[in-house]
Amino acid sequence: MELVCPAGNLPSLKAAVDNGASAVYMGFRDDTNARHFAGLNFDDRRAQEGIRYAQDRGVKVFVAINTFPQPSGWSRWQHSVDHAADLGVDALILADIGVMDYACNRWPDLRLHLSVQGSATSSEAIKFYHGNFGIQRVVLPRVLSLKQVKQVAESSPVPVEVFGFGSLCVMVEGRCILSSYVTGRSPNTFGACSPANAVSWNETPDGLETRLNNILIERYSQGESAGYPTLCKGRFNVSGNTYYAIEEPTSLNTLDLLPELQSVGVAAIKIEGRQRSPAYVAQVTKVWRAAIDECMQNPDSFSARSSWLSVLEKVSEGSQTTLGAYHRPWQ
Amino acid sequence: MNRDTSQSKKFRPRLSLGPILYYWSRDDVFSFYQGIAEAPVDIVYLGETVCSKRRVVRPDDWLELATMLQQAGKEVVLSSLTLLEANSELSALQKICNNDQFMVEANDMAAVQMMSGRKNYVTGPSVNIYNSRTLDVLAKSGLKRWTLPVELSKETLTSLHHERPDGVETEVFVFGRLPLAYSARCFTARAHNLPKDDCQFRCLDYPDGLMLRTREDESFLVLNGIQTQSAKTHNLVRDIDDFIDLEVDVLRISPQSGNTEQVINIFHDCLNEKMTACDADIELQKYMMTGECDGYWHGQAGMDNTATARASIDKQRGCA
Repeated sequence: MELVCPAGNLPSLKAAVDNGASAVYMGFRDDTNARHFAGLNFDDRRAQEGIRYAQDRGVKVFVAINTFPQPSGWSRWQHSVDHAADLGVDALILADIGVMDYACNRWPDLRLHLSVQGSATSSEAIKFYHGNFGIQRVVLPRVLSLKQVKQVAESSPVPVEVFGFGSLCVMVEGRCILSSYVTGRSPNTFGACSPANAVSWNETPDGLETRLNNILIERYSQGESAGYPTLCKGRFNVSGNTYYAIEEPTSLNTLDLLPELQSVGVAAIKIEGRQRSPAYVAQVTKVWRAAIDECMQNPDSFSARSSWLSVLEKVSEGSQTTLGAYHRPWQ
Repeated sequence: MNRDTSQSKKFRPRLSLGPILYYWSRDDVFSFYQGIAEAPVDIVYLGETVCSKRRVVRPDDWLELATMLQQAGKEVVLSSLTLLEANSELSALQKICNNDQFMVEANDMAAVQMMSGRKNYVTGPSVNIYNSRTLDVLAKSGLKRWTLPVELSKETLTSLHHERPDGVETEVFVFGRLPLAYSARCFTARAHNLPKDDCQFRCLDYPDGLMLRTREDESFLVLNGIQTQSAKTHNLVRDIDDFIDLEVDVLRISPQSGNTEQVINIFHDCLNEKMTACDADIELQKYMMTGECDGYWHGQAGMDNTATARASIDKQRGCA
């Protein structure tokens, strides 16, 4: 099983490589990737340096070009594909059908992966991308139970990659536009969910309030630790009850499921978090490297060590973790 | 057929009724479509697109309704599930795609794959067609009509229409609460502290979805099982001239539990110049439960309502 780790910048890339990643994934500094945040991602010089650093050490580099271009921006996506190909990356992670069509015609030898943003949750959907564009791997959306991952892995024409750890999208990726409904910008169109330019923090007599384009997402009482106002992770009121109506601020952690994921034929585990610090990348990569190594050697006796879990918990959103959709009761 | 040649050369879009997004009782569904058979709508989408557990209307029932509506002169399209997770859902999808009587609306790439190169198909708003190259690829595989993803704007559609493949029609979602997201999790069951596997079909209690409010009591989103919708009703009646100018073939109205026929009549009268867009807009205000929005079409946040800003212009024109 490959360990695919996030590289939001050069220090993170090096942290991932130095701590045992099999591959790193990165994006360019614009809206062509789904972590389009200020100060993040790679310009040309850093990309060259990062790719050399990783490949010299036997670590693959994937470039995410996984948002959906509209006609006015098309040339930017085309340029990103060409640029990544020129840089000699190991694979592109793509979501849009048009971009995939361009990439496979212009660069027939370049390896393509279907991004989680491509929203393929079944072997039939995967067959479309494999048959038309020759994709060689698919990243599965975080909506499938373990049993369903197994079914897809068994019938998919290409190996599957799944998310192992990091921030959790509760909606099926690539088909959630809650963010643009509130702010005008979505992961699909802009490469960011609940973008920072729409966020405001206000100290009020009722507590600290976080808003997204003036919509109240969260209000913290004294002593509660405040988090980023991702709009699906706030407390709202339904039928008179105020609670996390969509999802708690929590991270996905599937370390306990590692032997099962391996046995159902998952080819790679993806770690979320290109927006996180190099220290996060180093810690999480190190834990997962150790866990995967141990699981490969002793799949039957594998159990997640408490020292690993405590490291992961500390860097989790809201300091809590969940098995997410893999675990049926969560649904 | 699309053009009204009797009075003028002006292009006139047809009207469609999207699939029912909520879970209604079998009786309610049947009586709803009895009414629709008489309503001035050209195309009717039928079937369950949100949750495979909603089965009070069975596959044979849908076919019976389809035949009834076809006999009433409607073009009938069978709509398919949006988020596919279980193998049983794929089998059900295969049956719909294999039917040889009706066109099928693909709401996921699995359905596109099943029909690619085999039969013509339509795509719903959750199939991501954001650019011309995507539209071309799908047109070659049998796409006959596509629905503009709801987050895209007039500007984007205008560009896409400069290079629209021959024989491909365009549909725009013009009225109803917007479908915004799909999840493995059922939020209606969650609101009742029930697991999805034992949801007790609580969606039956919410014919227009379950309201989610902010802590300032602002109606924000609507929970509809695994789907999340806008609380505001997306209303583009004021933009009807845009659709005529852009030669948008079909305008989609999304069913709601009450007054869907009235909404259809208003759009019909507006398209047939029996009513101005301004008057249609005033009439439609009665049928929007918790506010309105039109931001996406105007390149803004989806929840925005440009009507307020445009009211002064309307006033100058002697409307409203």
